[in-house]
Amino acid sequence: MTGAVNIIPFFVVIPLAGAFLTALLAKKIKWLPDIIGSVTTLALLAISILSIFKVNAYGALVYSVGGWKLPIGIAMVLDGFSSFVLVTVNLIAFIVGIYAVNYMERFTSKWKFYTLFLLMLAGMNGVVITGDLFNLFVFLEIASVASYALVAFGTEKHELEAAFKYAAMSTVGSLFVLLGIAFLYSFTSTLNMADMARVLTQKGANNITVMVSVLFIMGFGLKAALVPFHAWLPDAHPSAPAPISAMLSGVLIKSLGIYALCRIIYNVIGITAPVASALLVLGTLSMVVGVFLAIGQWDLKRLLAYHSISQIGYVILGIALGTPLGIFGGLFHLFNHSVFKSLLFLNSGAVEYSTGTRDLKKMGGLMGKMPVTGGTNLVASMSIAGIPPFNGFWSKLIIIIAAVQAGKPWFAFWAVLASLLTLASFTKVMKYAFFGTLKEKWNKVKEVPVFMKVSMLALALICVIGGALLISGVNEGFLGSASNVLIEGTGYAKVILGSVK
Amino acid sequence: MGIYLLCLLLFCLGIYCVLRKRNIIKIIIGIIIAEYAVNLFFVLVAYRMNGRAPILSPDTTITNMVDPLPHALVLTAIVISLASTALLVAIAMRIYEKYGTFDITKIKELKG
Amino acid sequence: MSREHKKGMSLIVKTITRLTVGLILLYGIYIILHGHVSPGGGFAGGVIIALSFVHLMLAYGKETALRKVSRSAASFFESVGATLFLLIALLGFTGGYFFLNFLGKGEPFKLFSAGIIPLCNIAISLKVGAGLFAIFVALVVLNLDSEK
Repeated sequence: MTGAVNIIPFFVVIPLAGAFLTALLAKKIKWLPDIIGSVTTLALLAISILSIFKVNAYGALVYSVGGWKLPIGIAMVLDGFSSFVLVTVNLIAFIVGIYAVNYMERFTSKWKFYTLFLLMLAGMNGVVITGDLFNLFVFLEIASVASYALVAFGTEKHELEAAFKYAAMSTVGSLFVLLGIAFLYSFTSTLNMADMARVLTQKGANNITVMVSVLFIMGFGLKAALVPFHAWLPDAHPSAPAPISAMLSGVLIKSLGIYALCRIIYNVIGITAPVASALLVLGTLSMVVGVFLAIGQWDLKRLLAYHSISQIGYVILGIALGTPLGIFGGLFHLFNHSVFKSLLFLNSGAVEYSTGTRDLKKMGGLMGKMPVTGGTNLVASMSIAGIPPFNGFWSKLIIIIAAVQAGKPWFAFWAVLASLLTLASFTKVMKYAFFGTLKEKWNKVKEVPVFMKVSMLALALICVIGGALLISGVNEGFLGSASNVLIEGTGYAKVILGSVK
Repeated sequence: MGIYLLCLLLFCLGIYCVLRKRNIIKIIIGIIIAEYAVNLFFVLVAYRMNGRAPILSPDTTITNMVDPLPHALVLTAIVISLASTALLVAIAMRIYEKYGTFDITKIKELKG
Repeated sequence: MSREHKKGMSLIVKTITRLTVGLILLYGIYIILHGHVSPGGGFAGGVIIALSFVHLMLAYGKETALRKVSRSAASFFESVGATLFLLIALLGFTGGYFFLNFLGKGEPFKLFSAGIIPLCNIAISLKVGAGLFAIFVALVVLNLDSEK
C-alpha cells in the first residue's frame, strides 16, 4: 500500500524534470531533446498503466505532499477517473513524442519545443492528479501558458493572430475559474476538494453553489471549447505544429476542460437537475453547430478542429445524461476521440510535411503515393464517423442508447444526425485528398519518414481494437472504475477522507 | 457588501474592455484589470473584522488576524498572470512587427 | 566624453544608478535570505534582483547589462533554479514524503531555521530573477529588431 502511493507525485515530477533538463543540457546537443522527450513520455505511460492496476487493487489512493495530512496540506488523489484520464493523456503524449522526432526537424530550435511540450504535459497530468482546488488552477495555467506559446511556435502571421486570440480568451476563462474558487473558498473555508464536498453537502444547496457552477461552466467550458465559447479553437488548433494540434485537440481540451469540469461539478458541488440540463443543451449545441461549421471547410486542419468541437459535444452529452450507461459512453468516447482525432491531426501533419499544403482542393490521389498516411486516415475517418468495427461506433452507439433509455429521444436524434454529417464531411476529406486522380505536381511526393509512420500505425491499431475495451474483463478495470467515480457523485468526499487515517 | 460589489464592477469593466476595445494593447490592459479585480476580491474575502496582518514576531501575541491563506494564493495568481501577460505582450509585439498595426479589425486573416 | 557615455541616459541617471544598483541587489538578497522569518521570500527577492539588472539596462543601455549577465546565462540560471527546486522536493523522499521538510527545523526567528524553506527560497529566487530578466531582455531585443 505505501509503495503504491509513492508513484503519485512522479506524474508531475517526471515531465517537469524532463522539461528543465532539456532546457539546461540540450541546447547544443542535437539528439538529446528527442531522447529526453521519448524517455520521459515512455516512463509516464508506464506508470500511468501501472496506476490502473494499483487503483483496482487498493481503491482510491491519496498522497499527502510534504507529509501534511489531508484537509491542511495539498493532497494528490489517484482514483479510477484520474487514472483513466492519465492513461489517455500519456498514451497520446508518447505517440506524439515519437512522431515529433521526425516532424520537428524543419523547425530550428527543437529543445524549445520539447521544453514547452513537457511543461504542458506536466500541467495536464497535474490537473488530473491533484486533489486541491487551487493547485488545480495552478496546473491549469501551466498547461495553458505552455500551449499559448506552442500555438505561436512558428511565429508566422496566422499563428501569432491565432495565439493572441487563444491566449486572450483562455486567460479570461481562467479568471472565471479563479473567481469561482474565491467564492467557494469564502463559502467553505477549505481548498481540498474532498473536504469542500463534505462542507457543501452539510450546508445544502443554495444560491452560491448555483453561481459557482455557472462560473465553472463558463471557465472550463471555454477551455473545453463548448459552443458559445468555441471561437478560439478553429484558429488555435490548426495554427500549431501538427504534433501539438494532436495534443491540443486530443487531450488538452479534455484534461483541462472536461476532466476538471466533471470532477468539480459531479464530485465537489454535486450535480443538480438545472446544471445537468444546461450541460445537455451545451453538449448538443456543440455537437450540431460544430459539425455544421465543419462541413463547409476546405482547410484540412480547420475542418478537423471543428470536428473536435462536435465530438466534445458527444462527450458532454453522454456525461450530462447522468445515467451510468451515459457516463460510461461519454468517457469511452473521450478515450476514443483522443485516439482518432490525434491520428487525424498527425495525418494532416504528414500530408503537410510531404506536400506543403493543407488545402483540400489542391490535393488529390495521394493514396497511391502515401499508402500509410492514406490507410491510417481511412481508419480514423471511419472511426470518427462511426462505422461499425471501429471504436468510434461503439461509444456513439452507447451514448445514443443511453439517451433513449434516459427518456430523451430528441438528444439521440441530434446525435445520429451529427454522426451522419460527420460521415459526409469525412467522405469529402477522403475523396478530395486521398482518392481521385493524382495531380501532376504531386508526382514526386514521398511517404513520410519512419517514426511518423510508426506512430500513425500505432494509433490506427488502437482505433481498430478499441472496441475491445468493452469486453467484460477489461471493461470494469479501466472504464468501469472511471465511470463509478462520477456515478457516486459527492460520495467522493467519504471515499477520500475515509482512506486517510 | 458594497466593497465586494465594487470589486465585481471592476471585473466587469475589465471584461468590457476586453470585449469592446479594438487595440490589442488595450485588450491586454483589460485582461490585467480583470485579473486585479479577482485578486482584490480574493484578498477581501480574507478580511476579518479588526484583524491584523498575520506576521508572527518574537515579542507579540496575535489574538485576531486576517486569513493568511488567500494572500499566498493571490501571490501565486499574480505570478501566473505575470507569465501570461508577458507572453501576451510578446505576441502583441510580434503581431505589430508582422501586420504593422494594433487594430484587431485589420488583423483578420483567419476566417470561416 | 568617451564613447561609453553616449549610450543610455544622462550622466545624472548613470551616477545615481551606479550608487544605488548595488544596494538594490543587496536588498534583494536580504529579502531572500530572511524569507522564512519575515515577509518576503524567493519570489519578491528574485523580482528585486531582476529589477536591479533592469535598472542597469535602462540607464546604461543593453550592452552593459548583457555583459554582466548574458541571455544564455540568464536562461541557464533559470533552469538551474527550477532543477534545484525539484531536487529539494525530491530529497523529501529520504523522509518518506515528496516535499517533506526533512532538515531540522531549528529555533523560530533565527536565520538558520525552518529546514528546507530557505533553500527553496534561494532556488525560487534564481528562477524568478533570471526568468524575469530574460523576459525583459527578450522584449527589449524584439523591440529593437522591429525598429530597424
